[in-house]
Amino acid sequence: MKLLLLAIIVVSTAAGEVLAAMGMRRHGEIRDFRFGALGRAAAVLARNRFVIGYVAAMAASFFAFMRLLTVSNLSYAVPVTAITYALETAMAKYVLKEHVNWLRWTGAGLVICGVALVSL
Amino acid sequence: MSSEAARLRLKTWICATVVVLTNVFGNFCLKRGMPADLPTPLSYIAAIFQPWAALGVVLLIAWMLSRMTLLSWADLSYVLPVTAIGYVLVALESKLFLHEEITLKRWAGIVLIMAGVALVGAGTAVQTAHPRQEPAR
Repeated sequence: MKLLLLAIIVVSTAAGEVLAAMGMRRHGEIRDFRFGALGRAAAVLARNRFVIGYVAAMAASFFAFMRLLTVSNLSYAVPVTAITYALETAMAKYVLKEHVNWLRWTGAGLVICGVALVSL
Repeated sequence: MSSEAARLRLKTWICATVVVLTNVFGNFCLKRGMPADLPTPLSYIAAIFQPWAALGVVLLIAWMLSRMTLLSWADLSYVLPVTAIGYVLVALESKLFLHEEITLKRWAGIVLIMAGVALVGAGTAVQTAHPRQEPAR
């Protein structure tokens, strides 16, 4: 059960984060943090299909995480979801075309080792 | 570092702090308000309206919005490591407030995770992909 919940969390979180990055990149840098400007930005973003996909994916991740919390400790549930780092780093390079150098790949490897230690 | 890069880095760290704190305390509140069992789909909905869980949900919504804001100018592969300090805070918080046991092996794992994400973030520019466009008016 834990592994199934973990798989749902990892896949939906990674997909959601990439969709959010795509949607926010399309929108552009938020520079004005006044209440009205943020409201206008939210109204624009609410119609952004990437952001809508992000919210749906994060909702799936959230409910799976809630379930995971009922069957495991917080100190297990949160660190173990760090496996999304490796998947998201790869997706950042291949989907978002970000410059992911060897430092970032090595870091992703360390994260995976850390996750294995935490969850074993 | 150019003034534009310095401006972006400062803005990034302020926003990243909000992202980390809302996530850490959101998860904490959610765990505190979560019942021992969720037998039916409706019980998930009911659980959200427990005071601690509701506060957790509000904080996690704030986390989601602040993370989206951060992603409007920063690379995803940059945002991931800079927000990883949350793992350490979660571990400390679990031990201090929830009295959960954290074994030496888990601590070692958390340290490795931190080392990995620090390495990823070291000396990396906030933006490496495409320069962002101003939002349409």
